[in-house]
Amino acid sequence: MTETRVHFYQVGSFAVGNRLLSDADRTVQASPERTNSLDAGHRACQGCGEALGARYALDAAMRATGGRLVAVNATGCLEVFSTPFPETSWRIAWLHSLFGNAPAVATGVAAAMRAKGRDDVRVVGQAGDGGTVDIGFGTLSGLFERNDDVLFICYDNEGYMNTGVQRSAATPPTARTATSEALGADPGNVFGQGKDLPRLAMAHDIPYVATATVADLHDLERKVERAMTFRGARYLHVLVPCPLGWGAASADTVRLARLAAESGFFPVFEAEHGVVTGVRRIRRRVGVEEYLRPQRRFAHLFAGEGRPDLVARLQALADANIQRYGLAPEEE
Amino acid sequence: MDRPFAITLPVGSSRANHTGSWRVERPVYVDRLPPCNDACPAGENIQGWLYHAESGDYATAWATLVEENPLPAIMGRVCFHPCETACNRVRVDEAVGINAVERFLGDTAIARGWRLPEPGPDTGRRVLVVGAGPAGLSATYHLRRAGHAVTLVDGASRLGGMLRYGIPAYRLPRQVLDAEVGRILEMGVEVVLGRSVDDIAAARDELGADAVFLAVGAQLGRRVSIPAGDSAKVIDAVTFLHRVAEDDPPLLGRRVVVYGGGDTALDAARTARRLGATDATIVYRRNRAKMPAHAEEVEQALGEGVTVRWLSTIERFEGERLLIEKMALNAEGFPEPTGELEELDADALVLALGQDTDLSLLEGSEVHVADGVVPVAESMMTDVPGVFAGGDAAPSDRTATVAVGHGKRAARGIDAYLAGRAFERPARHALAAFERLNTWYYADAPRTHRPELERVRRQTNFEEVVGGLTEDNALFEARRCLSCGNCFECDNCFGVCPDNAVIKLGSGNRYEIDYDYCKGCGICVTECPSGAIEMVPERI
Repeated sequence: MTETRVHFYQVGSFAVGNRLLSDADRTVQASPERTNSLDAGHRACQGCGEALGARYALDAAMRATGGRLVAVNATGCLEVFSTPFPETSWRIAWLHSLFGNAPAVATGVAAAMRAKGRDDVRVVGQAGDGGTVDIGFGTLSGLFERNDDVLFICYDNEGYMNTGVQRSAATPPTARTATSEALGADPGNVFGQGKDLPRLAMAHDIPYVATATVADLHDLERKVERAMTFRGARYLHVLVPCPLGWGAASADTVRLARLAAESGFFPVFEAEHGVVTGVRRIRRRVGVEEYLRPQRRFAHLFAGEGRPDLVARLQALADANIQRYGLAPEEE
Repeated sequence: MDRPFAITLPVGSSRANHTGSWRVERPVYVDRLPPCNDACPAGENIQGWLYHAESGDYATAWATLVEENPLPAIMGRVCFHPCETACNRVRVDEAVGINAVERFLGDTAIARGWRLPEPGPDTGRRVLVVGAGPAGLSATYHLRRAGHAVTLVDGASRLGGMLRYGIPAYRLPRQVLDAEVGRILEMGVEVVLGRSVDDIAAARDELGADAVFLAVGAQLGRRVSIPAGDSAKVIDAVTFLHRVAEDDPPLLGRRVVVYGGGDTALDAARTARRLGATDATIVYRRNRAKMPAHAEEVEQALGEGVTVRWLSTIERFEGERLLIEKMALNAEGFPEPTGELEELDADALVLALGQDTDLSLLEGSEVHVADGVVPVAESMMTDVPGVFAGGDAAPSDRTATVAVGHGKRAARGIDAYLAGRAFERPARHALAAFERLNTWYYADAPRTHRPELERVRRQTNFEEVVGGLTEDNALFEARRCLSCGNCFECDNCFGVCPDNAVIKLGSGNRYEIDYDYCKGCGICVTECPSGAIEMVPERI
């Protein structure tokens, strides 16, 4: 991941656009010509990170494929808020089948395209973290194992938000959900469980695995484009804060995603054929507390005397990420 | 409607679903007052001209700059840039080098021969401007733009006032001064030099002036009584600098002591060094922290070998010996004598203890004088209708930039007076505070410092000490501007809206919120780097 940052104009390439950069150096989102794969009028909550992440990723995929793209969606928020019958917010070819079978349906679409000789049409499968790490994991692992020509994108908001904020295998330790109440000596979700899906994907030795957040658009779009240069199974894991499920202000969606990455709590990296090839290094390092405090799902860690012991354990997880992927800022 | 049972919307769109109805607060684009603009005594639209400089459009940047201040090459050298002190970027890394970019624009304009805007259509009115320093020149420029004829009178033989006779050439080269003054004269100004106005009412009648602007400066060096022998050479700093500016430097000898702690004291000491003094010593009664002179001037003077006796006052000056008394700061921070005396060898003593305004021309007039200056209203008008005052002659901080600001405001006051309108200051936007910025988005970029003439060279000549920026540097420096409180079209709001409810209107036209779909989440406000969007409650 050796993206060249533009250093010489105000926002360089941190912002969405930049009036002094050539169009090619701006993001897809800076262009009024972007697809808007997910159109206005959708019924996602105010400040929905998933709606943002889906438009970011699919608009980039549309540009990378010249508009020849089919998206297959698992059940979940993204499907529910975009397609209440008879409306649809999708401005791309889009299919929905079941909660657990999106990877298998995506495999089927890819096979159909191959049978028709349409190598030019690319397939994206997409799901929330429930549809990816829990319910859809069997078919997803199969897709990886067969190396089917699909980019599978997980929009990770760390829980089953659509059905009322239940715990998933992507929910972080100590987080309060409807099924991991903030009660007792070990409040919230337990330590030591859950799945690290990007690493599981890497273990399948597929051509490309990457993580990203909605806080770094240049990085996310570049990874989608990079993924589209490979044939075979590819996996992109995007952190998308959920104001409802996380108990955060709707205005803080992008900010929280940024803090997740800057604290090391969510490592941003990419890997090819099972080997890490690039990381997005931390720019302005913050402690996990700065990330956790604005979220009510972690409120019990700070109420009254608080639980500094648990915050320390979460900090240790972030520190381990920083160590494992080499995320420390350059000057450190 | 030919739609299947229970289908109310055309399949394929959700746009009939106006999610804007969910909103309880709405984002609104605003323009806020950047702290640099707020702090500029000349009222420059700094963020505005930096915006054009950022794209390399120096001509538009310069044109925007001279809307407010016709002397950018001069100000880019002598201004003490309160804009940079106020700059929000201080809290990110270092202030934007606004002054250096201003100088670059001013120098570029001189090199390329850019001209000031044409004078306004003739109003048939004439204004007498007394004093051709920064206040008088600024007023002249703005009066000409408003279409009033100007008669500019000055007692000296050349234009510029304290810019020429108070500021040494190593800080402000004369060809720069001449170029910017000449450009104002090109607008058509009647100039009378070498003539002191001694009766304001008579001069007004004689010239048929409809209004008068008094910008006579503070040209009298303040003196204190120091017991001195007959042979002791004592001169005040204003006279000293004036004579040097007229190429008639007094002979001060090799050991020169300057008494005072302001910028003029430093100018005098540095000038003495350049005239061949081996020892130039400043005697100042308080310590460095309390010194009124600007820190970078002190730094430069010390770098040139000027020495300072802190916490000292002068008792007596006899022959070649100066007796100084050590002082100590008391609990309130005021210097008190300690009775401890010291001797200092000195050939000459320069007094730089402040300046007074010569207001003898107001004797017999009804213009009120208080504490040696002329009190003025907000329009810069004195208590005599049609008579305005500004610069050092009015209560002020006595800097060239304040004078330029006074000149502009007086010109507007005069314009309103001549038109029979009430004077109103233009409305100001709310301040663009640092807390409203999202500095995450700004690229890290430390400041470009202007090169300084190496020390040895500058001790002996009057060449300019501080060099200018190259074009690359100036562009880089301009691009460090955070554009506080003003949209610079980074597309963040357009990109981060989860509801595609921001409409991009194209280059230069900024954006618009589509309130049909905006749910009022506020992400655009949080992620706007420059704090140019705010949430306001929806009227329900």
